Amino acid sequence: MHKLDDNRAWLLVVPVFALVAFNAVIPLMTVVNYSLQDIFGPGQRVFIGVEWFREVLRDPTIQASFLRQVAFSALVLAIQIPLGIAIALLLPRVGWKSSLAIILIAIPLLVPFNVVGTIWQVYARPDIGLLGRGINAIGIDYNYTSSAVSAWITLLLMDTWHWTPLVILLAFAGLCSIPEPYYQAARIDGASRWAVFRHIELPKLRGVLTIAILLRFMDSFMIYTEPFVVTGGGPGSSTTFLSVRLVNMAVGQFDLGPAAAFSLIYFLAILLFSYVFYTILKMNEGEP
Amino acid sequence: MAEITISGLRHSYDGDLSDPSRLALKGIDHVWRDGGAYALLGPSGCGKSSMLNIISGLIRPTAGRILFDGRDVTDLRPEERNIAQVFQFPVLYDTMTVQENLAFPLRNRKVAPAAITRRVAEVAEMLDLGPLLKRRASRLGAAEKQKISLGRGLVREDVAAILFDEPLTVIDPQVKFDLRRKLKLVHETLKLTLVYVTHDQSEALTFADQVVVMSDGEVVQAGTPEELYERPAHAFVGRFIGSPGMNFLPCRIEEGEIRFDGGRLSAPGLRRLAGQEGLSLGLRPQALQPADAATGVEGEMVGLEDRGHYRIADVALGGARLKMRLAEGVPAPQGRFPVAFRPGSTLVFAGDRLVGDLADAQA
Repeated sequence: MHKLDDNRAWLLVVPVFALVAFNAVIPLMTVVNYSLQDIFGPGQRVFIGVEWFREVLRDPTIQASFLRQVAFSALVLAIQIPLGIAIALLLPRVGWKSSLAIILIAIPLLVPFNVVGTIWQVYARPDIGLLGRGINAIGIDYNYTSSAVSAWITLLLMDTWHWTPLVILLAFAGLCSIPEPYYQAARIDGASRWAVFRHIELPKLRGVLTIAILLRFMDSFMIYTEPFVVTGGGPGSSTTFLSVRLVNMAVGQFDLGPAAAFSLIYFLAILLFSYVFYTILKMNEGEP
Repeated sequence: MAEITISGLRHSYDGDLSDPSRLALKGIDHVWRDGGAYALLGPSGCGKSSMLNIISGLIRPTAGRILFDGRDVTDLRPEERNIAQVFQFPVLYDTMTVQENLAFPLRNRKVAPAAITRRVAEVAEMLDLGPLLKRRASRLGAAEKQKISLGRGLVREDVAAILFDEPLTVIDPQVKFDLRRKLKLVHETLKLTLVYVTHDQSEALTFADQVVVMSDGEVVQAGTPEELYERPAHAFVGRFIGSPGMNFLPCRIEEGEIRFDGGRLSAPGLRRLAGQEGLSLGLRPQALQPADAATGVEGEMVGLEDRGHYRIADVALGGARLKMRLAEGVPAPQGRFPVAFRPGSTLVFAGDRLVGDLADAQA
């Protein structure tokens, strides 16, 4: 075989490289640049290596935020994935009732994040909010501005209201794609409702649930707007999640060096968790 | 094992029986004898799958009763009817091994574990699935998957009947042949009632003792493969079965003769049909033969198609075109030639119904 010794074809990919460089590599490298230097002012900077990274990792408030964040994401997944599947199973699969149900369920997804925050901020207020007053009226002491438990419950309720529809829609699409003969065969085989779910529906939902879990994990791990609007990270620092802490550091305190190091660690943590989830979820499929 | 009786069965998917032309099933009465191997044959959309799903209980009929050995099961759900059904495409429980798949119908019915193991081994042996028992079902090829589906149908020994809904569609021809023979063997050893839905006539004719032909929501004829081929009771059966199908030649009966465009045949026995409208002669391709001497009917050769060990001649007779089968060794006629009609195979239809044949008519 004669091989053409002409590498000019590489020129064709230059536009792509340029685009990727401008929208991903260069911004990221700016952050890397900040994270490795201590900047006092224009023209006054010192290269300090991994000092900021060390400082961020040792910061007890950031460690606390990290644990809080992990707990929040774990709760979000533990509530929203089963709830989403359960509601999807209850929905009618055909006809106008199905269409109507899907439209109603999808509405929360269309609300802007800070509007969701504002809605719940008002809704859950113990003095004038419908939910807050209702809970207090039945004798439970509920106030998200003074009690950490109340604040967490508010945020989890809000996030569940906002994002479970995504899980429902994905699971519903997965359920609709299961061919009818599977259900018919299960009836002939005398399978119980649980066996149908366990051996037909759940295995067929695997693909969409992988996507749902990844999306819900990433979104909940990066949550910022809603807690910022509802609780502002309080009471105390009980709802100061990683991104809230990061914004305080970068914008509030203007500590660009540590904030840059923090950002990079945050980004790598999400990447690592997502990779681990993905690997676990895909693992069983490759089994002989 | 059971005798399945269907009486007055009518079904409409929208539940409305007022317009008979829109019914999926238009009034069916049929008895599936205990231990029979039946094929349910018909073109796509004729209602054969609906009929099968009604027998198994997946669909509740709009009107009519289903009896198993005289017991009314119309209102029972499939799992209460004790019936097995195999679908067109393989249906597997992906998370289970082949063995667990085969055992599933028995486990759900709380059969003793020892009996399950024994029965699964037997079925696996029957279908050559033995070496695959420990494998995950989802990783197998289409033929193996469908064998597992078949196996799940066969694994229960006490079923009233096993229903097959075109189960070999996805299988390669060679494997198809093997599996069909296996099913036949299973039937002979176990004497189960089998109902096999197909639109493939050769599959139906080779598999079944009794073939039930359906068209447009009705059973048009039930009989042995020979009966369906030799004496189709309905013109649809004549056209649908055979390749090529039956020739139909419009005719009249006058003065003790069958008259048609291009000739006449003496038929004194058919005077009762004299003057009736809508008569036609039904002729299998082998009912026509070239004759040595003049017969009063002359055809003209239009074309010849070689089918291996026989040939199909395209013959113009008056304004009609007929297919004539020529056995090996019979020289193909040229140009115009005298045509002989084999009396026992020259059938007379009134409308679409068989009313007599030339052999009776000439007697």
